[in-house]
Amino acid sequence: MIRLASLALLLLLWQAVALVADPRYLPGPVLVFAAMLDEAKSGALFTHLGITLLRVAAAFLIAMSLGTAIGFVMGRRRLIDRLFDPWLVVLLNLPALVVIVLAYIWAGLTETAAVGAVALNKLPNAVVVAREGARALDAGLDEMAQVFAMSARARLRHIVLPQLAPYLAAAMRSGLSLVWKIVLVVELLGRSNGVGFEINLAFQLFDVHLLLAYAIPFVALMLSVETFLVQPFERRVSRWRGGSPRGRDFP
Amino acid sequence: MNGASHAGGAARLEVAISHKDFAAADGRPRRVLENFELTLAAGAAGAVVGPSGCGKTTLLRIIAGLDRAFSGRVSLPEHGRLGMVFQEPRLLPWRNVEDNLRIAAPQASEEEIAALLLKLELDEHRKHFPGELSLGLARRAAVARALAAKPALLLLDEPFVSLDAPLAKELRGELAELIEEQQMTTLIVTHDVREAIELADEIFLLSARPARVCASLSVREPRQRLSKQAADALEAQARAALDAIPRR
Ligand SMILES: Nc1ncnc2c1ncn2[C@@H]1O[C@H](COP(=O)(O)OP(=O)(O)O)[C@@H](O)[C@H]1O
Ligand SMILES: [Mg+2]
Repeated sequence: MIRLASLALLLLLWQAVALVADPRYLPGPVLVFAAMLDEAKSGALFTHLGITLLRVAAAFLIAMSLGTAIGFVMGRRRLIDRLFDPWLVVLLNLPALVVIVLAYIWAGLTETAAVGAVALNKLPNAVVVAREGARALDAGLDEMAQVFAMSARARLRHIVLPQLAPYLAAAMRSGLSLVWKIVLVVELLGRSNGVGFEINLAFQLFDVHLLLAYAIPFVALMLSVETFLVQPFERRVSRWRGGSPRGRDFP
Repeated sequence: MNGASHAGGAARLEVAISHKDFAAADGRPRRVLENFELTLAAGAAGAVVGPSGCGKTTLLRIIAGLDRAFSGRVSLPEHGRLGMVFQEPRLLPWRNVEDNLRIAAPQASEEEIAALLLKLELDEHRKHFPGELSLGLARRAAVARALAAKPALLLLDEPFVSLDAPLAKELRGELAELIEEQQMTTLIVTHDVREAIELADEIFLLSARPARVCASLSVREPRQRLSKQAADALEAQARAALDAIPRR
């Protein structure tokens, strides 16, 4: 309730400032909404939103699955952890822009380079969180599984994943917000479609209407994915333990 | 460590551990088991009795194959399938009681699981999560899980410790019946002489650390018909034997 009121207040404030500002620099909500409608009618809004969403999903899935697998192994094998931990530190501190530009130089202005660069930016964060989860696995339950000769599949499903799930949910949440911001940069630098491309176009034309007409629906979409998919998942998997693990955020 | 062997397929449980050391905090090895020999016929119930900290859990872990850093030999009876009740229940907190049984014993039928839950008076708790159970109930669930696996060898690590006396006695009675019924080789570890007498055919008395078997006695009569006098006499005998073990 209070959140809704807060959003309404933001909208009001925007309208109030827009009344005194030059509409070329800050158009009011009504003008932006009209621009949004125009883009929606031509279908362009949905095409670009859809393409960007696909890129977000692809990069997110690649980073999460690869990062979970790598993090799990690092959390379980001390030697591998010590061997690759410095790589992880380098990757964590590599600016997103450097990774993106290198990817475009090495692989050309291609879809693979774009999605790969985004995934690579998210990867170290997924690895770190999955590693933390793997380190916290209950050794007593491992022994139980061994004594009862449980199959690898049953161990994964009933012992490992339920313990890892709260960590993965935390990684998903921080990961999604990271990925969707970086995807825009990747599109701006080297793609000819997607929300990032349209924002670049708006920048060239100095068209704030167009910029906001794409930015606002995109942010709303990402926020609803987080609120209605990721957060309920996180609550669900943490239910039996009453409390979620520290969800660490990394740049 | 040299020459640790762990195998199934023997006709009985055979344990011959020449020594088992842990690295202590100061780096010097701490000997926990030494010249430890024990055999148990297939289908028999044995109890290992020893003071706290003498190495009983270590012994069970070696028999279960969880600790292979020892010097000696362990042979398990028949197909070598194991059931174990750990000192803590070690149930999966995110699965309810009956799922805990199913997951650890996928070969058990639904009827067998239902019968076990009924027998251990867990029927009304079958849908409860471990976090909702008292320690006594969680221990029961752990016992039910071990039995559901229909093991060739059942290992129990002080399963009734820190339960109040009447509850422990009740659970012992239930367990004794189930062991008798299923005729499986059972090794129970305890520091309670009376518990050993109520559950086992063969009782092995351990020295303090490093532990070895110092004396053993057999309970000749069937346990169900063991009179109070006979049990008292056995207890006195066991205590005398324990007192006779030289302190080190
Ligand atoms: N992993 C370990 N590392 C070092 N010492 C251990 C370890 N496990 C047990 N010990 C030591 O071995 C001895 C026997 O332990 P344990 O087998 O648990 O005894 P019990 O079950 O008879 O109480 C104790 O002195 C304990 O401190
Ligand atoms: Mg113990």
